[in-house]
Amino acid sequence: MKTSHALAEDPGSAPQEFNYLNADYGVRSWLLTIDHKRIAILYLVMITIMFSIGGLFATALRIELLTPTGDFVQADTYNKLFTMHGVVMIFFFLIPSIPAVLGNFLLPLMLGARDLAFPRINLLSWYIYIVGAIFGTYAIIAGGVDTGWTFYTPYSTSSSQTQVIPTVLAGFIVGFSSILTGLNFIVTTHKMRAPGLTWFRLPLFVWAIYATSLIQMLATPVLAITLVLLLLERGLHIGIFDPNLGGDPVLFQHLFWFYSHPAVYIMILPGMGVISEIVTCFSRNQIFGYKFICFSSLGIAAIGFLVWGHHLFVSGQSVYAGVLFSLLSYLVAIPSAIKVFNWTATLYKGRISWQTPMLYVFGFIGLFTIGGLTGLFLAAIGLDVHLTDTYFVIAHFHYIMVGGAIMGYLGGLHYWWPKITGRLYPEFWAKIACAIIFLGFNLTFFPQFLLGYMGMPRRYHAYPPEFQVLNVMSTAGASILGIGYFLPIVYLIWSMRYGPKASSNPWNATGLEWQTPSPPPTHNFDRVPVVTQEAYDYPAMERNVG
Amino acid sequence: MSEHVVPFKIYAVIFATLLLLTLVTVDVATYNFGMMNIYVALAVATTKATLVILYFMHVRYAPALVAVFAAAGFVWLLLLLTFALSDFLTRGWIVGFMG
Amino acid sequence: MADHAQAEPHTLAPHQQHQFETMEQQQETSTLGMWAFLVTEVMFFGGLFGAYTVYRYLYPQAFSAASHHLNYIIGAINTGVLIGSSMTMALAVRAAQLGNRRSQVVFLLLTIVLGSTFLGIKVVEYHDKFVHHLVPGANFRFEGPRESQIFFSLYFAMTGMHAVHMIIGIGMLSTLTVLAWRGNFSSQYYTPVELGGLYWHFVDIVWIYLFPLLYLIRGG
Repeated sequence: MKTSHALAEDPGSAPQEFNYLNADYGVRSWLLTIDHKRIAILYLVMITIMFSIGGLFATALRIELLTPTGDFVQADTYNKLFTMHGVVMIFFFLIPSIPAVLGNFLLPLMLGARDLAFPRINLLSWYIYIVGAIFGTYAIIAGGVDTGWTFYTPYSTSSSQTQVIPTVLAGFIVGFSSILTGLNFIVTTHKMRAPGLTWFRLPLFVWAIYATSLIQMLATPVLAITLVLLLLERGLHIGIFDPNLGGDPVLFQHLFWFYSHPAVYIMILPGMGVISEIVTCFSRNQIFGYKFICFSSLGIAAIGFLVWGHHLFVSGQSVYAGVLFSLLSYLVAIPSAIKVFNWTATLYKGRISWQTPMLYVFGFIGLFTIGGLTGLFLAAIGLDVHLTDTYFVIAHFHYIMVGGAIMGYLGGLHYWWPKITGRLYPEFWAKIACAIIFLGFNLTFFPQFLLGYMGMPRRYHAYPPEFQVLNVMSTAGASILGIGYFLPIVYLIWSMRYGPKASSNPWNATGLEWQTPSPPPTHNFDRVPVVTQEAYDYPAMERNVG
Repeated sequence: MSEHVVPFKIYAVIFATLLLLTLVTVDVATYNFGMMNIYVALAVATTKATLVILYFMHVRYAPALVAVFAAAGFVWLLLLLTFALSDFLTRGWIVGFMG
Repeated sequence: MADHAQAEPHTLAPHQQHQFETMEQQQETSTLGMWAFLVTEVMFFGGLFGAYTVYRYLYPQAFSAASHHLNYIIGAINTGVLIGSSMTMALAVRAAQLGNRRSQVVFLLLTIVLGSTFLGIKVVEYHDKFVHHLVPGANFRFEGPRESQIFFSLYFAMTGMHAVHMIIGIGMLSTLTVLAWRGNFSSQYYTPVELGGLYWHFVDIVWIYLFPLLYLIRGG
């Protein structure tokens, strides 16, 4: 049987003469583009820069944590480091990452459309992101902020002497980038599908992006107004969160987490969409339980709005509300679990191949499962009282955000790299990098579960000496992880010039995006495609090949 | 949204109704119904809002998807309000607890 | 995997953007996009309504005492003004649908006038609050429960945010008026006027809730 994963150059397809990359030259043609594919590249550049900045903050943190006392930095600086790490990684890297890069590039292609519904608003989103980034950069240069990325009052409104206002403005502004992207994606999915492309024939990546966009649109505005109230309180002392006037700091937490919990689903849902695409292609199987995955995506988005109080278990929130939120937090795990079962079942009797995207899939499934299960620990109020504000929480969310979301992002970036650039990445180095990342990640974060359970608190620059061994392991892991993240930057850029040219469908995958040349022409399709088949019809494809 | 042109008369009737309901809500507020005051005020406001949405914003003549979008916004706002209130309303339930 | 439709030349009608197949698709998509944006605005204001709900529940007397300092007659008049502007806006859209250039411009101008009147009255109200030391912050002085300051914080935040939206709306209406005067819109293409109308009506709806919640708190 012919191996169907052609990584070598496919001589049958001529290199594309005119594609979106060479259609126009010059800085202006990029900065004033309305082509969704170019905007995706603009985002790719920015979030790579932001990821590096956030990584630098993490590096400084981990260096300090090599020793139990403050040798590298003192407490005030340390507080700034973890705050900036969180702000940059969450608002400027994770939230945009897959939607703004892969979503922007792929959504019109997957729908058989020429562009998004609102191309100019798409460009506006990117510029809004830039303005937010400028405010954030100013805040960093002007001395940083030390409130934690959660900006809890009254410290953020009354006591902190750091750059709270510029940082909050940065978050406020970049939120609108997220809102407009989500709006664009929702309307595009409703109105721009090719003939024959019914909702239940859509790729699951589209369903995931759609669910993500719902969250972006419904949650982010609440963060925006909350940050406005924070600014008014800090700047004008209007009293809304001030206990001296009857204000309640817990109200700030309610409003903040109404966004920030759904935000974590913004960060993971797109990664789940990527996994669905890759796992089918590299097992040559129909996805198991297509509709279950669709409704699970929507279910995660919807139920995810109703669990935010689990961040307030020890805040003074009513214990009855706590019980309600705890129950719902258990409920929201169910659709995620359904997805994990379905991806695993998709592998059954498949013809699995082990290219890099598939390696990231396996990494994602394992690490996301661990992260998700530890979330259930935290959803139990009694356990949370012991574990909250410890390294257990930090390990939990990094397993999902890094072991899950970032692996999904990297897997997707490799999978669609031939489509985006017209070049194949070097498979050997990609596998090496993936292995290093997996190893480094686990060495960094697994010890943190142990540290947290044993009681090491988060957001402290110093700790009892008995915790040092695990901390040293964690920092060693972080160094390895850093190398792992650096490698793709190098070899992906290298491949853009020296990688073998890719055919339109090097993976022999299903999906409309593989029906155009690599890279696609600016207008995506010469003729509007008409869809007649269900999604992931790999069995039919295998029958034709064999 | 609609190619449908709404007759002037309908706009006029809706406008008059909205003004009338404004007078109603002011008048009702001068009576003290205790806890009911807020609910009456919200009911009147919601009626007015619904009229604006259905007729001035043409949702009455638009595809169902538009109505779904409009409803979704208000439903989601209700979720924020009710779940946040679930904390503050129940704080006093534990005897001897300092709220 | 997919057949390809017959090669149809993708010619664009006047005002048609390249990503759309037909003007109808463009108009429906644009309207849906504006509705999506208004949903985000509901959630944006919703955070303020959330804070209001919680604090009114917690401090009913303080809120009532503070609300008495708002002149509800002026508030009611302003409500009427804004509803009137919604009416004129709806008529402007209707005139655009009918291709009536003069009526479009007249009704858009009336909407701007009524909207500006609303803002003018609000300026008078704000000034009055300032003079009576009812603006939260260092100069706040109130004879009554201390939590009343929270009411005034929410009053200024909510009506202030509403006023910002009105100012943006008037700017948008001004642009539409100029375009309408130049004859940009017809019964075939009036989408910008429709979208402007949707935005303006939304701002009206926010005020429809603000008025009773801020001005009409009586009793407990």
